[in-house]
Amino acid sequence: MSKTVMEHADASEVFNRDEPYVNWHDETLWFVRQKRDKSSKQLPEWEELREAASGIKHYVLSHLDELLISFEQKAKENGVQVHWAANAAEHNEIVLGLLKQHKIDKMVKSKSMLTEECHMNEFLQKNGIEVIDTDLGERIVQLRNEPPSHIVLPAIHLKKKDIGDLFHEHLGTDAGATDPQYLTEAARQHLRDKFLTRRAALTGVNFAVAETGGFVVSTNEGNADMGAHLADIHIACMGFEKIIPKQEHLGVFLRLLARSATGQPITTYSSHFKKPREGQEMHIVIVDNGRSTQLGRKDFRNSLKCIRCGACMNTCPVYRRSGGHSYHNAVAGPIGSILAPNLDMTKNADLPFASTLCGSCSNVCPVKIDIHDQLYKWRQVLAKEGHVPKSKEIGIRAMSTVLAAPRFYQWSGRLGRTVMRAMPFMVNNGLNPWYKQRDMPEPPKESFRDWYVRNRKN
Amino acid sequence: MSSRDRILGQIRQNKPEEVALPPVTTFASHFENTEDKFREMLSLIYTEVIVVKNAEELALKAEELYKGVVNRATTIPALSAWADFSLNVSDPHELETVEIAIVQAEFGVAENGAVWISDQYLPHRVLPFITQNLAFVIPRNALVNNMHEAYVRLQDTLGWGCFIAGPSKTADIEQSLVIGAHGARSMVIFLLEGE
Repeated sequence: MSKTVMEHADASEVFNRDEPYVNWHDETLWFVRQKRDKSSKQLPEWEELREAASGIKHYVLSHLDELLISFEQKAKENGVQVHWAANAAEHNEIVLGLLKQHKIDKMVKSKSMLTEECHMNEFLQKNGIEVIDTDLGERIVQLRNEPPSHIVLPAIHLKKKDIGDLFHEHLGTDAGATDPQYLTEAARQHLRDKFLTRRAALTGVNFAVAETGGFVVSTNEGNADMGAHLADIHIACMGFEKIIPKQEHLGVFLRLLARSATGQPITTYSSHFKKPREGQEMHIVIVDNGRSTQLGRKDFRNSLKCIRCGACMNTCPVYRRSGGHSYHNAVAGPIGSILAPNLDMTKNADLPFASTLCGSCSNVCPVKIDIHDQLYKWRQVLAKEGHVPKSKEIGIRAMSTVLAAPRFYQWSGRLGRTVMRAMPFMVNNGLNPWYKQRDMPEPPKESFRDWYVRNRKN
Repeated sequence: MSSRDRILGQIRQNKPEEVALPPVTTFASHFENTEDKFREMLSLIYTEVIVVKNAEELALKAEELYKGVVNRATTIPALSAWADFSLNVSDPHELETVEIAIVQAEFGVAENGAVWISDQYLPHRVLPFITQNLAFVIPRNALVNNMHEAYVRLQDTLGWGCFIAGPSKTADIEQSLVIGAHGARSMVIFLLEGE
């Protein structure tokens, strides 16, 4: 990405200019969060399931090498070809090489956040390969030339009017039409033609099973299966943390995944791939791209447990009010903010600060990642390594001086209250970010401490 | 050094201290009635469940439900007279025009309404996705309570298999649920009484 990237706070400011729109975005995601709550409460064993999932993933992190080797061996025995990519560039070259080898220049793709992370579509397009995203939400953002704003709900930032206009332009739907049923039908027809004519299909991987060499892909639309079962060549791309030890563990993860993501008890399709169908080629690309570095960071390695349900985004007060694009990373929200600094500290230094540290993300995480703790710890790392902007550093230093000296603190509190009353314009101005989108409360006449000192005698 | 060895080497160097698998990773679900739960979950995902006593009744029901529909395909011998579309094609793309497929499947899961289908039951993997409408036939007694039981039951997955819960759907446009995204637009499940 050569475009200049706006920092999260600046991008959020743009996002927040349209208040009714932000409120709508906020409420829409909160509704999804509520569906998750309702669904999880149907299971008395919910907390134990989370504990089990987290424990299995912990085992995975401590046995990753053995599990990957076992997976590779079984997959090969099943007739699947296994490739390893140390970084995004290698991953993209492997996919391009496979397509070239088969003289294929058009491919369908179902959802894969990994390929977003690797910026694969851009790379393939530059090399003369047309990639069609087939998940409806992903197709919508692809036609708009923008990345998904949410890992599960890629077009959650758009209103149906935006999509109606987009489809009118690209798919020839009636001008002004906004009925979701009608628009979805148009996309179904448009994409069916792609499924029927493309010889290569790329999918992501939700879970890869070390014991069997098989992998599971979950969708609601059926697009991964439509693509894979019609294509001559199926390429499945996975970050290496997708591995789980045994097939029976899928019971734990499939029970948690959809309930956490959308509140459904399971996605419509949970497709278990193991061997290619007759005459078909199946490839798996196992990708590192910084994951092995993250594995070595004691405080942050738990982020590799993530199963990409998106629950932390739906619940996050900052995500809901700033939108996925403000995070300028393939994975947005709280989990994205602890994954991104590992990939590039300089570029993503703003993200761990895009949080109130309220801890709601950690509370809903199905694999119990200590997300808000990691956000806090990243702040320390980033400050120590000099990635925090000067303005923030000066502010924090001033704050620590004041807070470390009780008498100075008392004096400055009194001064602040007096100034706010006598000269409100001194604080209520464009230089003070606390006044953006909010009003300050009336300053109290005295501090609690003054009140206490005065009343203690009574 | 190959990327494979580099990745594995770095993992070995950076992985945390060994921990054991958690002792408990399966849980029991206690439903008053497994079949009622299965029906309840399927009604929430727009799927009708019909109990049929035998193959004759299945054929009658199929006739009644899909009256006037052309391009009917099935994997069930007892319905061969009902079907007018042969699945005996070499290229799965030829299934593009199938309107309704009635397919034998293995078992259902009460907690989420999913049905397990696999290579064992299908001449073409794409059939349950490419058909406009889909119906599964499973033995009435082939229902398990939850996903843990499901994995005990299926043991191995052969070449390919899938849990399918209801018709294809999407909510990608303003969170409005639309049935019939890429796969089947409707789903019916026949529970066949024991023979």
